[in-house]
Amino acid sequence: MEDQIKAMDIKAFLEQDEKKDLLRLLTAGSVDDGKSTLIGRLLFDSKRIYEDQLAALERDSRRVGHAGENIDYALLLDGLKAEREQGITIDVAYRYFSTNKRKFIIADTPGHEQYTRNMVTGASTANLAIILADARKGIITQTKRHTFLVSLLGIRHVIVAVNKMDLTDYKQDVFNAICEDYKSFITRLNIPDVHFIPLSALHGENVVERSTKMPWYRGESLLELLENIHISSDRNFVDLRYPVQYVLRPGNDFRGFSGRLAGGILRKGDPLMVLPSRKSSRVKSIVGYDGERDYAFPPQSVTVTLEDEIDISRGDMLVHPNNLPRVERHFEAMLVWMDENAMDPHTHFLIKQTTNSGKARIDQIRYKIDVNTLHRSETEHFQLNEIGRVVITTAKPLFFDAYDKNHETGSFILIDPVTHNTCAVGMIIDRVSSEDLPSRISDFEVQKIREGRSLITNEEREAKYGQRGMTVWITGLHGSGKNDVALRLEKRLFELGHIVVFINGQKIRERLSQDLDFSAADRAEHLRRVAEVCRLLNDHGIICICSFISPCEDIRRQLAEIIGKPRFKLIYMQTGIDRCKENKPELYREAESGKLRFLAGVDVPYEAPEFPDLSMDLDNNDIEKIVDLLQSAK
Amino acid sequence: MKGREQYALSHLQELEAESIHIIREVAAEFENPVMLYSIGKDSSVMLRLAEKAFYPGKPSFPLMHIDSKWKFREMISFRDTYAREKGWDLIVHYNKEGHRKGIGPFTHGSKVHTDIMKTQALLQALEKHRFDAAFGGARRDEEKSRAKERIFSFRDRFHQWDPKNQRPELWNIYNTRVMKGESIRVFPLSNWTELDVWQYIRMENIPIVPLYFAKERPVVFYNNAWILADDERMPKALRKKALMKKVRFRTLGCYPLTGAVESDADTIEKIVEEMMVTTASERTTRVIDFDQEASMEQKKREGYF
Repeated sequence: MEDQIKAMDIKAFLEQDEKKDLLRLLTAGSVDDGKSTLIGRLLFDSKRIYEDQLAALERDSRRVGHAGENIDYALLLDGLKAEREQGITIDVAYRYFSTNKRKFIIADTPGHEQYTRNMVTGASTANLAIILADARKGIITQTKRHTFLVSLLGIRHVIVAVNKMDLTDYKQDVFNAICEDYKSFITRLNIPDVHFIPLSALHGENVVERSTKMPWYRGESLLELLENIHISSDRNFVDLRYPVQYVLRPGNDFRGFSGRLAGGILRKGDPLMVLPSRKSSRVKSIVGYDGERDYAFPPQSVTVTLEDEIDISRGDMLVHPNNLPRVERHFEAMLVWMDENAMDPHTHFLIKQTTNSGKARIDQIRYKIDVNTLHRSETEHFQLNEIGRVVITTAKPLFFDAYDKNHETGSFILIDPVTHNTCAVGMIIDRVSSEDLPSRISDFEVQKIREGRSLITNEEREAKYGQRGMTVWITGLHGSGKNDVALRLEKRLFELGHIVVFINGQKIRERLSQDLDFSAADRAEHLRRVAEVCRLLNDHGIICICSFISPCEDIRRQLAEIIGKPRFKLIYMQTGIDRCKENKPELYREAESGKLRFLAGVDVPYEAPEFPDLSMDLDNNDIEKIVDLLQSAK
Repeated sequence: MKGREQYALSHLQELEAESIHIIREVAAEFENPVMLYSIGKDSSVMLRLAEKAFYPGKPSFPLMHIDSKWKFREMISFRDTYAREKGWDLIVHYNKEGHRKGIGPFTHGSKVHTDIMKTQALLQALEKHRFDAAFGGARRDEEKSRAKERIFSFRDRFHQWDPKNQRPELWNIYNTRVMKGESIRVFPLSNWTELDVWQYIRMENIPIVPLYFAKERPVVFYNNAWILADDERMPKALRKKALMKKVRFRTLGCYPLTGAVESDADTIEKIVEEMMVTTASERTTRVIDFDQEASMEQKKREGYF
């Protein structure tokens, strides 16, 4: 590039540089194929290596290099210490270089099968892939695997670089045979644009300059091809997809919806539909720091204002009313398992697709695909680097297209709900309508049914009822006002839309505990049964209000254990015994005369709770305090 | 397709769109993000991108400068003037304990100084404000270990980076989930090169610290680099050796650890011209990189940006 500068005025250079476009490419192959040497050569020959880096490179080559006396270009690329020592590239490394015509970002990924996920990662943002083949070995299993992954990730342009031609005496028939072999392999895959180049990375033949050693090859050198290949038509400019990323409300009246176009052209004045509300409006303006625009296209990041005031939030999508994506909870996808931990089919995953997040589960694995043979087989779950076709159900509808039509709206990631790692990534297929997808009871659910476990989760119940199952346990002397508080609380919660059950001693003694008497043991058993009932109801999201004298602190502690401490709320009616007698004179009279036994406060002690959640009495009891207590517990 | 509409972006427009998307994603998904502002040229570009992302509003997160107390004086005055002008919400943090003990590069060496006044200071500030995401202006083309780092780079409760256990990052879907105490460092300029940054500064007229431009300055040859005699804390014996030279700085940091290059480049065009024919890559003017083999990776594991 030094020469370019000298030949050109710097201003002219900068103006030309400004206009260059960007090509993102993936290099697939292993160290043995000379991949790092090839990349090192591209960087070196385009003068992207500075002298100090070169000096370090020469030093490192002698010390830890694997290229004998030559410069080991691979050392330039392998960033991390551990990798340098092992002589392999483990992760995805990104490299940058530019020529007169273009800027390039190289995603450099390792070639071995155990690094499939790294290659998939690098491929996800690439427009083009260079697949390296060794001229002596031809199309081998690894080449096929790389090609499959490239087609899986929807890369439309492939350059097959047949390297090490120097070791086959630059023979044309060797090259031709490899080309034919490859062409017959890819008839099964969807790659529209394939090029073949014979080269020697080590000697720089056909890398930057056309080779004089292979006059039979009439095509461009690798760099020429990279500079000239047409990629801009790869984006979808037809179907408008504008996922709302951020709602911008800087004050005053401005209300903008920021986002990055995922498809189609957005124009001022266009009619729009908002998903999922399906409300309509028009584009009022497309706002930007550099002024307003008349139109915007992918992958621009803009801010839009609408003619009408509609409630729109992050995760919504703006589309043209006559061109909708699929709006579904149920779809098929190709999934790549990225996690060290194998897939647990019983997990609910977090899904992220465009700007939308939610819950998802894998309903069925249709098949697993062998990345080397493309052979399909059945499986129960996926392990690291395994790929297969699955049926997914999400908790709320997503707005998507097939990955083939739009990479942005057709891709998603699954996040492990416990570790938060990105455990899988997927590409949506929409060949089968959701009506025809397998039953909505997943394998996981079949398993649950077999075990007699509910198919509804606590979260789903909470979301549906707008509450969490809890028990309000009201304790106090006979006549202290327990039922009064309990029944008013029940009515109040009912009015607020809650699902609530009232339980008191009388109801339970009549039926459930009719076999029990009032001995200490039976009183404990009676309360144990009540607590088990509460636990069951709470587990199903229902609020219980229990009114029981329950005089013994130790028993109350056991009740809390059964029901679950966080959802057990103890209310103490601390009304004095004289006031209680005044309120309910009959029973006290009977107990005092000895006709009735075991009445707390008379012949059985009442132990006041040490740590009630709330205390009140007959004459001073604001049930709103209990309502607040329940709501704050959410 | 309508009349004269064009649907192609230049590389800079594409990078800009990508960075804005990243910045908005953080604002939308994190509770308490912060943008680390180093006063350097990359920070200035990142800040402009944040302004663009939320226009006509303002970024919803504060800026934070970790002051090692050994920055060039011109950097600090630039920071203060610019912050006031723009009305930024700017947090300045320094390691008070380290400052009290008089930690500095001349007396304690670059390793101790960098650890205490930069890395530890940063960790203190992140703990103090409980930020769950922090933007940094690092680029992947700067250094080898950065080339493999994610755009959304996960840090555990101890702010450590585990290069072997990075979250997969595909398409432009970023995993922003963290548990309490964990955080994400976000690098919106990951895919920018040094030339891209200069181009953008030029096209957008972004103000930068004048130290980037060549000028006659008093410099001393110290630890194999030309160091600016910026204040009286430079040992007298060294200061006496100061020479006037026309120099500029390719990166900015602590003045005793940042080497100047002799140069005539006093405009962005000249800087770019010089850069294109240059013989030393950007980070070699930073003394800290030479401390040990793979030193940047080591620092990043310990929590440094």
